[in-house]
Amino acid sequence: MAKDDTEETAEEPIVAVKADKKGTLQMPESAPKEVIPGLEGLETVKTEPAAKQDFSQIAFQQSIHKQVDSIVFGVLSPKFIKKMASAKIVTPELYDSEGYPVDGGLMDLRLGVIDPGLRCKTCGSRLKECIGHFGYIELARPIVHLKFIRVILTVLRGTCKECGRILIPKEKIAKSKELLDRIDKEEGLDSRRKAVHAIIEKLKTTAKCPHCNAKQEKIVIEKPTSFMEGERRLSPIEVRTRLEKVPDEDCEIFGLNTKSARPEWMILTVLAIPPVTMRPSITLETGERSEDDLTHKLGDVVRINQRLFENINAGAPEIIIEDLWDLLQYHVTTFFDNEVEQLPPARHRSGQPLKTLTERIKSKEGRIRHNLAGKRTNFCARTVISPDPRISINEVGVPKIMAMKLTIPEVVQPWNTEYLKKFIQRGPHIYPGANYVIRPDGRKKRITDETKEAAIEELQPGYVVERHLMDGDIAIFNRQPSLHRMSMMCHRVKVLPGRTLRLNPAVCAPYNADFDGDEMNLHIPQTEESRAEAEILMDVQTQIISPRYGLSIIGCIQDAISGNYLLTKNITKMPRHQAISLLISIGVTEFSRLPNKEEVSGNEVFATLLPEDFNFVGETKAHEPIVIKNGKITQGYMDEVTLGGEGSGFLLRNIHQRYGSQATIDILHKMFKLGAEVLMMTGFSSVISDTDLPQIAKEQVTTILDEAEAEVNALVASFNSGNIDAFPGRSRKETLELKILEVLNRTRNKAGAVVKENLNKSTDTAIMVASGARGNNLQLAQMAALVGQQALRGQRIHNGFRGRTLSCFKPGDLSPEAHGFIRSSFKKGLSPVEFFYGSITGRDSLMDTALRTPKSGYLYRRLANAMQDLKVEYDNTVRDATGKIVQFMYGEDGLDVSRTENGKIDVQRIIDTTE
Amino acid sequence: MTAESPVRPVTLTMAKKTTTVYDVTKHHLVPEHKKLSEKDTEELLKDYSITAKELPKILSSDPAIQHLDVKEGDIIKITRENPHSGNSLFYRRVTNG
Ligand SMILES: [Mg+2]
Ligand SMILES: [Zn+2]
Ligand SMILES: [Zn+2]
Repeated sequence: MAKDDTEETAEEPIVAVKADKKGTLQMPESAPKEVIPGLEGLETVKTEPAAKQDFSQIAFQQSIHKQVDSIVFGVLSPKFIKKMASAKIVTPELYDSEGYPVDGGLMDLRLGVIDPGLRCKTCGSRLKECIGHFGYIELARPIVHLKFIRVILTVLRGTCKECGRILIPKEKIAKSKELLDRIDKEEGLDSRRKAVHAIIEKLKTTAKCPHCNAKQEKIVIEKPTSFMEGERRLSPIEVRTRLEKVPDEDCEIFGLNTKSARPEWMILTVLAIPPVTMRPSITLETGERSEDDLTHKLGDVVRINQRLFENINAGAPEIIIEDLWDLLQYHVTTFFDNEVEQLPPARHRSGQPLKTLTERIKSKEGRIRHNLAGKRTNFCARTVISPDPRISINEVGVPKIMAMKLTIPEVVQPWNTEYLKKFIQRGPHIYPGANYVIRPDGRKKRITDETKEAAIEELQPGYVVERHLMDGDIAIFNRQPSLHRMSMMCHRVKVLPGRTLRLNPAVCAPYNADFDGDEMNLHIPQTEESRAEAEILMDVQTQIISPRYGLSIIGCIQDAISGNYLLTKNITKMPRHQAISLLISIGVTEFSRLPNKEEVSGNEVFATLLPEDFNFVGETKAHEPIVIKNGKITQGYMDEVTLGGEGSGFLLRNIHQRYGSQATIDILHKMFKLGAEVLMMTGFSSVISDTDLPQIAKEQVTTILDEAEAEVNALVASFNSGNIDAFPGRSRKETLELKILEVLNRTRNKAGAVVKENLNKSTDTAIMVASGARGNNLQLAQMAALVGQQALRGQRIHNGFRGRTLSCFKPGDLSPEAHGFIRSSFKKGLSPVEFFYGSITGRDSLMDTALRTPKSGYLYRRLANAMQDLKVEYDNTVRDATGKIVQFMYGEDGLDVSRTENGKIDVQRIIDTTE
Repeated sequence: MTAESPVRPVTLTMAKKTTTVYDVTKHHLVPEHKKLSEKDTEELLKDYSITAKELPKILSSDPAIQHLDVKEGDIIKITRENPHSGNSLFYRRVTNG
């Protein structure tokens, strides 16, 4: 990190930052600096001489020094370049024979320091304190600045070649300006730019100067940096003299503010040399010095410039001068951008292209996307995740080896010195130990077996100990893609053996995680403020109710659902001692709510988890009523609709509404464990015979299939004899296909109904479906009866061979089995042809997901970026960052979805459940 | 058998360029658009403490306001029917684009 810092102070003077007087505190030139224990990072300035102030106030006052009022973007004038430069560069040599930087060379000591121990000749400060200083070179001949050729071209085209005036009649100039100002005022800068463009577009074709009647010729760019007027090439000198002639007031129409950007400045006469701090040389292990790409490029520029000077002074023939001039143009151009079309990139001796200014900024590896938009952090970890239903929902299991690398800084206080000394004593290799001690002056020392005694000796209040991560520490847990705010939540650390990060399966839904090899990231906040922020805003508890649909996103899943379903529906009697051992195993030790009977029901066991005054009225998945009165289930049973997450879980939503998030998490965790515990007690296995159909049902299915086949064959026959009338807007063939598809789908539904009726409902597979834990009736039917028609883009399968799907069919065969109908069940097994049909649709859906994911991801990203600064104001309007109104009432109804139940407020339920 | 004439008679309906062939205001998805009086405009801007610049825009060529005789800067009040929350109001400033 530290290495990068030095090269990041680039091109500052292009932007002039104006600070206004609004800033509450102006930093005095030589402010006395004071370091407050524990706040070493903050630079502090004493505002009043030794006034008695408490620390928090000082820290607060320091946070604003100056306020940016406006930023002006412009072009550096030659005068400004010379003024801001600390050195004139005159020689391409870098170092003298002793290896010392040459005065007036590219590594001149006045341009900043890159060697430790040396002081800057300009500002006197040391390495890292000095941000570097610009130099300049006087160019022997003017050079076109590559990045401004488009602007130069428009100005050349829009002005007279003789008198330099804009090609608009005198009387219309003022009018154009007025128009631009009006557009600017009414519609903003973007519209002004468009208007400027429109005006310039018209000027291009003007043939005669309205001011001096001079004939105008067409000017084009000859890539990369030449201007052609008709057949003649304009030299940069000519171009510059023309641009100089354009008066300030005409420039305004071109959108140039001549105070900060005169057009002739875009033809360089002097070149600013960037400070050495943004192009530091590195010393190789061999002791050899290796220069930065920019230094190499600048060396070329200076060398050729020197040669050009010499040749001009010696009166060399024009051809030689022209050649050198072109070469200088090439070097300056590639200094700015080494990826220009039509120009061979400048290369290292090794053949790899130089990375010059433009390459530093643009693309994914450039400064903006890599260093500015893509920040990286320390104190983070990533590895494979695995489930652990025994840790709390807001905990995260961290492997011990990770906990010994991730640290928390603890400030030594009189009351915790002894406690922290023990960590140092254990050192970095014994858990829980400590890795670093930070002195009040900010020096960081690694604790080793040798240094730990000295560190303990030295330790006193004001020091900071970076101790290992421990249970209860705060961490931010994250899984990409981070599409909603629940993708990053705050968890408590639980240090565990093993090598994976552990999470409670109940939070799989918000992270969209599973355990087929998913990896997740962990971040450890390092300051008191960030920990508080994470706890208050990002805790798992605070994220139970999704702001998307106003229902709990975290809830019971899979075994937790089927377990509670079995408990509340099937177990009507169980010995009290068994109930107690169940409750103990989930961590409940209070049994007063369990009826004092020899035998208790599953409902009563479940109800001990509910608050005593809880009332609820709802419906099960099978639309049977559930009634909970005063914390007792009086009717119904639990299933996915009441306990689940991801847009169901109405019971959880109601508990959350009444008892808050912490209670919900506690109850949910117990329910979760109870469900799993019940299954461990009763046993739960899904077996092949679960989907066995009785003989009669099997025969029914066969009959249904035979009938369907006969029906389809009849349809095909009537089609062949011309007895089928086309549906409106369809051909006869299409009509037939629709009818066949309809018949076959009906068949599957019929078979599904038979399965539903005849399947043993007490099998564990059926229980999973009934409780909503996993699977659905369609999948049951596919296992027990038939897989059904395979559809490709809403049609039967037609592709393959000409007129048939596979070579084992006759061309033109329209029967179900020839077009993707699978009449076998998964359990019976598929014939080769049927299997092939399944593979076709399987591959299609695989391709579809593979292609759709990045597309929808990008779409979402654009949407999120476009809406990121929209905000609901206190008057319920939605406004953007500039205060423009987007909606007059949030969502047209002003409802905060996270405060509703599925987007609605169920008034009846509120009445029913409040006594 | 009589030979059919290759030219079939065609009926043409002439429509002015400014009037749309189909009256979009009659469509059930197009909410009611109304011009706001000067007094109401003033009140609206005061209510939300904004200038007209902060309002959403509508093109003066928008089909839904062709019957209103609007000029740039006018404010259009749009009454949208919402099946869940009743009517909701929206305001747009007319612009020439
Ligand atoms: Mg996965
Ligand atoms: Zn310096
Ligand atoms: Zn002229």
